[in-house]
Formats: sequence, C-alpha cells, structure tokens
Amino acid sequence: MKVLYSWLREMAPFDHAPDVVSDAFNDLGTPVDAVTRLGEGLTGIVVARVLALRSHPKADRIGLVDVDAGDGEALQIACGAFNMAEGDLVPLATLGTTMPGGMEIARRQMRGEWSNGMLCSSAELGLGSDHAGIRVLPAGLVPGTPVADALGVAPDVLWDLEVNANRPDALSVAGLARDLAARLGVPFTLARPEVTTAGAPAADALTVEILDPDLCGRFGTWLLRGLDPTATSPEWMQQRLVHLGMRPISALVDISNYVMLELGQPNHPYDLAGVPGAGFRIRRARETDSLRTLDGVERTFAPDDLLICGGDDVALGIAGVMGGAAAEISPTTTDVALEMAWFRPEAVGRTGRRLGLRTEAAARFERGTDPEVIDLAAARFAALAAQICGTTLAPGAVDERGDLPDRAPVRVRTARVNQVLGTDLDTPAITALLDPIGFTSTPVEDSHGDLDVTIPTWRHDSTAEIDVVEEVARHFGYAHIPRRELATSRPGRLSHAQRRRREVRRLLTGLGLTEVMPLPFLAPDQLAACGLPTTGIGLLNSLVAEESVLRPTLLPGLVGAVATNATRRRTGVCLFEIGHVFLPTETRAAPTGPGRPDLLPDEREHLGVALAGAEAPEAVQVWLALAARLGLDNVDVANAERPGLHPTRSAIARVGGEKVGSVGEVDPAVLDALGVGERVAWLEVDLGALLATAVGERTYRPVSRFPSSDVDLAFEVPGDVAATDLERALTAASPLVWSVRLFDTYRGPGVADGRRSLAYRVRFDSPERTLTDAEVADARQALIDAVTGAHRATLRG
Amino acid sequence: MSTSVIADIERIESAAVDRLRAAPDLDRLRELETELTGKQSELSGAKRALGGLGPDERREAGLALNRVRAAVSEAADGRRAELEAAARATRVAAERLDLTEVRAERSAGHLHLVTQTMEELEDVFVGMGFEVAEGPEVEDDWHNFTGLNLPAFHPARDMQDTFFVDRGEPGDVVLRTHTSPVQLRVMAEQGPPIYVVIPGRVHRNEARDATHLATFHQIEALVVDRGITFGHLAGTIEAFTRAYFGAGFSSRLRPSYFPFTEPSAEFDIQRPDGSWLELGGCGMVHPNVLRNGGIDPEQFTGFAFGFGIDRLALTRHGVADLREILSVDVRFLEQF
Repeated sequence: MKVLYSWLREMAPFDHAPDVVSDAFNDLGTPVDAVTRLGEGLTGIVVARVLALRSHPKADRIGLVDVDAGDGEALQIACGAFNMAEGDLVPLATLGTTMPGGMEIARRQMRGEWSNGMLCSSAELGLGSDHAGIRVLPAGLVPGTPVADALGVAPDVLWDLEVNANRPDALSVAGLARDLAARLGVPFTLARPEVTTAGAPAADALTVEILDPDLCGRFGTWLLRGLDPTATSPEWMQQRLVHLGMRPISALVDISNYVMLELGQPNHPYDLAGVPGAGFRIRRARETDSLRTLDGVERTFAPDDLLICGGDDVALGIAGVMGGAAAEISPTTTDVALEMAWFRPEAVGRTGRRLGLRTEAAARFERGTDPEVIDLAAARFAALAAQICGTTLAPGAVDERGDLPDRAPVRVRTARVNQVLGTDLDTPAITALLDPIGFTSTPVEDSHGDLDVTIPTWRHDSTAEIDVVEEVARHFGYAHIPRRELATSRPGRLSHAQRRRREVRRLLTGLGLTEVMPLPFLAPDQLAACGLPTTGIGLLNSLVAEESVLRPTLLPGLVGAVATNATRRRTGVCLFEIGHVFLPTETRAAPTGPGRPDLLPDEREHLGVALAGAEAPEAVQVWLALAARLGLDNVDVANAERPGLHPTRSAIARVGGEKVGSVGEVDPAVLDALGVGERVAWLEVDLGALLATAVGERTYRPVSRFPSSDVDLAFEVPGDVAATDLERALTAASPLVWSVRLFDTYRGPGVADGRRSLAYRVRFDSPERTLTDAEVADARQALIDAVTGAHRATLRG
Repeated sequence: MSTSVIADIERIESAAVDRLRAAPDLDRLRELETELTGKQSELSGAKRALGGLGPDERREAGLALNRVRAAVSEAADGRRAELEAAARATRVAAERLDLTEVRAERSAGHLHLVTQTMEELEDVFVGMGFEVAEGPEVEDDWHNFTGLNLPAFHPARDMQDTFFVDRGEPGDVVLRTHTSPVQLRVMAEQGPPIYVVIPGRVHRNEARDATHLATFHQIEALVVDRGITFGHLAGTIEAFTRAYFGAGFSSRLRPSYFPFTEPSAEFDIQRPDGSWLELGGCGMVHPNVLRNGGIDPEQFTGFAFGFGIDRLALTRHGVADLREILSVDVRFLEQF
C-alpha cells in the first residue's frame, strides 16, 4: 500500500518529519519498503508552448522542437519523444536546472543541432511513473510559469508500505492515518460529508435481493442522476491515483478508486441503463453461469463463487473480485447505480485465487472490509461525483443486509496481557493504548482489571483476547517491552542419534569424501535410467518436469553429481550425501487423531556414498569403517544383485543378518548412459535406522601382558561359503583366539575350480600365562576342526 | 726392574692412545679396544707381570696401570664419539628432504556449507540449553497449515507457495513449507516444558533466482513453559545474536504477522558498523497452536523464532548467488 503525507494529514494533523513518520510506520508493523520525496527539485522547470515540430536533419530518433518559454521567442530543443503536438503545453527544464534525479541541464549539441534545455516526462519530474513520452500539461497554463506553481505541486512524501494479512485497515489511507495518529499522539477525524439529495428516492428505482446471506453481509446501492459524460477528474485526484499506483481512466472510475484507496471500501458504479430491471440479485454461481470479465476473459464458476446478477438473473460481476462489461460506465451513461458491499472474506479469497484474479478489490475483501464504513464511503463518493461529474444523489439507499460477523465484546484480562508480554501494565495504561485505535473498552465489574473490549468493525482479523494483546504490544512499542533471559537450568544436548550422525560425517570427510546436497527431486524417467524401479512419489505442481518426482534413493542424485563433475573434467571425485528419501507405503486406515499419517510416505534418512574411479571393494571398506565407527556388531555383506548396481559386483549390507543397504559398484550401463567414463563404487544405507540402533556399552576384554603366538592357516573353501562365515567360526573355535586376520585370498592353479584359498593369521594369547607349544597346537587343531566340517574347508599344506 | 715395568706401561699407553685416535671407523675401533684391553693385550700382560714385583713396586706399577687403563678407555670413548658424530652427520646430510615440496594429495573431504552452518547454530543453541528436534519433509496439511492456525483459504497461505505431493486428495500432503510442523509434533510427543531448536530442509513453490530458492534450510527455536513472555522472546533472540554473531551485534523486533504466533514480529540483527540484517520471524506461540499441540495455553505460554540459513551461510563467504548452495561441483564444495 502506498500513501502520501498530504493525504494522511487530511485526517491526522501531524507535523512530524518524514523520517519520524517512517520510523512510526516500521514500528507499527507496516514496514516501509521505499520513501520518495515528491515535488522537490522542480525549480527551473517552466511551462512552455510547442510552436513547431521539425525533423532532425541527421537523426531519425531525435526531433527538433521550437518552444515558447514565456518570452515569445522560439527556443530550439532536441527531443527524443514525439507524443506532443503543436500548441501543446509541456514542461521545459531550462538551462542550469538540476533535475530531481541530479542531472544538470546545459546547452549542448545533439548530432550537430543545439538543444537549449530538456522537455520532461512525468517520471523525470518525479510526478509519476510514465517514462514513455513528454508530459503534456493541461491547456490554459501560461508559458513561463514554473511547473510547480502551474500544477499546484506542493512538496510531498510517498511511502510504499508492506501490509500484512492481519491488517485490513492498513489497505486504506484512513486506516494508516488512524494508526499513525495514535502513535504520534494527534487526533484522528474522519468526517462524513453532507450531500444534498434530490429527485425520487433510490428505492423507487432500485431493488436488491441477497439470495445467499452467508456470503454477502451487506449490499447497499445508491442512485446518482445526471452524470456529465464529458467531465474529467481533477489534476490533484489524478496525481494521487498515479502516486498510489493506479491509472486515471475516467472521472467516475477515478472517483471509485479514490474512495477505495482513501477508505478501504471497494465499490462499483454501474450504468443503470445496463442493469436489467434495475435490480441486483446476489447469489451463488450455477454451472450454467458464465461472464466475460472486464479483462476480456470468459469465466465459468464453481458452486461457492458469489455472483452479482441483474434483475434478469444474468451475471453482471463476480462479487468482490471483478465486474463484467455489461453495465460499464460509458459516454452515454446518465444515471449511475453505486454498489458498496461486504462479502465474506474467505469466499472472495477462494474465488480470486481459483480464477487467478488478484484485484485491488479482492485484496481488500479477502482481508475483511469494514461493513460500517459503507455509509461514509457512499457519501464521500456522492460528494465527489457531485463536485466533479455534476451528479445528484437520490434520497435514501437500497441497502440490504445478510450475515455479518458477530462482534461480541472480547474479555481482555490485564493479568493475561502481562502474562503474555512480560510487562507490568495497569488497566488504564491498556485502555489508553487501545482507545485511539478504536478498540473501546468497558471495565468488568468485580474483576481484577478485566476489560470487555469491542473490536472495531475495520479489524475483521481480530476476534480473540490474544488479538487485543497484540494491539497493546504494537502500540506500547516492542522496543519498550523489557527483555529477559530464560531462567532454565535444563542442560542442552544432542541426542544419541544426532551425535552419531555427526561422527559419521566426520568419519566420511576423514576418509576424503566431500558432502553434496543435490535437490531431492528427480525427473520422471530418471529412476528407470538408473536401472531402478519407478517407485518415486510424484509432485502435483513441480516447478519443472525434471523435478517432479520425490527420490526413493540417493543414487540418481549422487551419480548425477559424479557425472556433472566428470563433464567439468574432475574425475575421481569421492562424494557423500545424508538426506531424506521417500518410499511408497501401503495405504493404512485413516487415523483418529489430527493429521493424515496414513497418507505420508515412508520417509527415511539415507547415507549415499559414490567413489568415482574406485571399485566395489572400496565401497565395502567405507561400509565397514562406518559400521565400526557406529559400534555395530555382526556387520557383513552378502553378495546379491541390486537394482542399479553392477550385477556381479554388488551386495547387501547387513547388520545382524538384516538388510540395511546396498554396496558395490554402479551398473556400467547406467554410467555409460550418463557419460561417466570411470567406475563408481557405491554404498547406500538406511542411516536413520543405524543411528537409532542401541549400542550397548562394550564389555572390556583384558589385554594380556604375556607374549602372544601367531599361527598361519590357509584353507581351500568353496566359492559359495562367505569368508565372513568362516572367520566367525574360526574366532569362536577357541577362547585363546585374540584376532583372526585374512591376509591373502587366491584363486588359480593349485586350487580347485570354484574354490579359493583364504589365508588367515590367527593370534593366540592368554591373559594368565605364556601359552605352551602344546596349548597353541591344540587351539590350532580346534580351529581347523571348526571349519573343515561345517564350512567344507580343507587345510592347505 | 720397577722402572722398566712402569716404562713399559707408559710405552703401551702412548702407542695404544695413538692407535685408538687413528681408528678409521667404529668397527675398527671395536677391534682395537679388544686388542688393546682384552686378555691377550699387552696391558693384561703387564697386569699379570705385577705379581712378580715387590710390594712397593707393585703398588706404584698398579697405580700406573690404572691410570693408563683410564687413559686408553678415555681415548676409545673420545674416538667413538667423534666417529658417531661423523656417521650421524653423513646420514643426516644424505637424508635431506625439502618438505616444502609436499602438496596435499590425500586431503580430508569437506562438509557442505549448510551442514557447517547448521552444526554451528545447533551448538550455540545447545549451549543455551536447547535440544535439537527433527521431523519429516513431507507433511500432511494439518501439521503444515491447519494445526498451525492456517485454515484452508486463509489469505496467509499465499505467503507460502506450496508443493503438493501426489497422496490422497490434492493438498492433503505437501512438502513442508517451514520447520514449524515439528512444533506440533514436539508438543504432542513431548509436552511442556519444551526447549528445542528445529533445523531442516523446507520447500516453497517459487521460481529459483539469485535471491530465491525453492528448496532451502531453516532453523527455529521453540520454547513452551510456565511464565514465558514476549520479554523472554526478545531476550533470547538477543542472547542468541551475541552468542552466534558476536559481542558487537544486537537485535531488534518489529511487529509483523504470522498466523502461528501472536504477537508476531520480524527480527533484525544490527552489525557493529550499524547496518541491519533482516534475519527472520518470531512471536509468542498462538494459543490455538498450543491447543492443537495438546497444551493448555492458560497454563503454558511459549515463543518461537526462526530464520533461513542458506543466505547466512553464503554471504559469510561472499557468495552472492543463492543457487550456488545447490552446486555439486567439487571446485565449489572444496573451498569450504
């Protein structure tokens, strides 16, 4: 919302410096986006009459203009705009002028022709946004007169304010003036103009029927007769409209917009001749309704859209959103039916959003307009129309009411105000803050300073005690509320899982891996391209199709990151990501509590590791290092084909025999398709599950002070027996085993086909004594016995 | 006789000392020591010869023999030290390395800038007595909107353009637009007193450009306890500001509007040079939200404040374009 200093002052006679006003706006929750000083720096700019327009001999885009700057002489100006005609009055910046933007005007040559000044656009004058052409001034001004005097431009200040959804009042000059007056300690007055009436009463000519009172709380119509179709709105009104961001259109439309900006009440003037039966029917839309709105679009409707129809029940407009072309004011209009209404905010919001029509009217209705400002707004409209367009207001109005919100007083407890704010305000202090903004309060008998507060009709947003507490805080000033430290003695701490997640990150970076965070969205075909089942859950309104599926795995994103780096000539990158994946679930029964957990996907936190230029065993190494760091027991891998992975170089990562992820190498076909020319070792685990694993405190195993003995054992083992199974059996075979380390694997001559040799170095010791040769020999035999039978291993010679 | 024994001993001394001093290396020195002081040596022979002398002569010759033995031993030790020093000098010279030639080949990896920033923020809050709470990125309408006092068709829903997930009816399930749904989850699961921060990834359906991201990260603090006031909100933001940004920084609150808090505010951070950084939103938890979380708003009050962290993380390193945070290019990632 934009607002002018001069306009605010018509209702609140403050004299504060613009900076003070800006601070007040910021402090009241209507923050200043921009401040513009207007009408300054116009010294030296005068009215000039165009005497002749000539073409430039050497340039097409520059014309030569002879002007009379008041002395009757022809002065040559070079100009890049061509929108003026001979005889027009235009603003001329004379030599030596410093423009509002800081540019100095000097005599200079343009492609060989002298220019003795500059003709100005509205934007150059700081009087509007129009850059396109030279500002053509109203006829009748005297050449040589300073433009500021000729236009009656007084210095002014324009604020552009941000208005939040809870401040319907702040979308009007009056509302902002009221808030500001309260803060600055000046009176606020909003006078209702006296308008003389004549002719037959409005009720003789107009009818109004509210068929859906739940959506239309009030629909008032007034009748204005005798419109002068040639009237134009005065310069001051056009100026204000332009400054507040609206385009002057015609006298009556300008008045309509002016009243809306000033009082926050959207309104609609109809050509009475275009309203069938001079009647208005306000009703919900039907499937058969349609309307061509003012923007030229043919609209159809949903059942909860509210329409304003003529007496023939045909739609004239969409309530609160936009009108149709049928009863538009035209040069032949004589009598005007003026509508001022209150529509249910939610309904206007819904319709406006659905139709994509975010009009100024809708923005106000959907926040909740003031149903009681309508009479004043109608009088203001009628007074301006009488003054500008020569209309006469018919006596009375046809003013029907539907359901308006119940505005019962709100009980506000002084203790509660202080409980929420941490202040020490007494009841009179609260009343003093609320009174100036129209929140009137009555003390509650036999209470501890409780108040019954009547919420003003212009604050549709406020309905509860807490809303009033906020108003108290706002006008007390947030900066004045004493700050306090929390008095908690609670220790802050990361959870077990959070600490372990940090350890994982440190481990991985320690292993040389770098963390990436690609987007969690995939293209629809991306899973298939990675050889994965297409189980991703879709988005209904993604920004682009390439980001329309929620990832069920980190693989496409991380392998994509490898590919991106490869195309930038960075091979061998080692990356990891910790992020959420979204897996489909079976639909469960609807829950009884709030929310829809039955609809939520199975969301998990995964860890993905991609090692470019590395083979599958390196990914297994990362998995084992990770498991060791997390203190997981019974960790192993089981060779298995995994989707998206190399069929003979992939495995399931397991903890306690349960699958927790996949490890191996990315399928070469996938890498080829992505243009990755190196192997990529891969690991993806359900990190959330691993972090949540309860790790018991490890029991201490005494370290022996006595010498240990090493024994090497090589076994020939069938290919389908996992090395880890063998190791587990060896470890369990004797209490004297301290460690079992696989130091060599061999396939080839000397070992039967389909079998391989696994060579282990076993270290024996005892915490009580040095082992004898006989004890070591017994233990060695126990190990051999343990694996030759159960695991079909044979000891090699 | 005695004179000749002593003369022999002294002759042995000068010859032995000369030879030891001339030993070319440690091995030869060891051989010479054996030769000159071992059982077969002249010194040992001279010691044996003492037995044939009279008492006086024997004492005199014995003293001489001891002196010579000490001199020989000293000569051997001296030569050994010389030779060892020479050997060390030779070795050290031969092993010279220029360590400035070493370049990082096996460097550690890098944590993402978002992680670094988030962990630092978490640490600050943990130091202030908070725990860290987390929640899902895909949420139902109730947790993301309705339960946070944002009913359907509320105009404030426009403040947060939303991605809809294809589950149930359109709008039933969304990508969370803020971390606040976790507030409701913590309230319901834990109950008061609550002192948590909620970090996480959030999504808004907005076109990406240099200053807007559709996917970004937030952290918000939530406190619900008896006697919590707006004054505590302002005081906690100030304490956080000093803890995270530094002693020269301060904060201010300006009235604003969020459906889930009331009174609501924006909070700004003032840098030591006097300039302001608009950081985030905050307010007293709305009574409806407390009620939706199963907490009696008459007994307990609370506050929340939160902000986006991506811009914070990037501007610290002079990165102007927010989209860089999505980069997977290691040339970017390795700089942090």
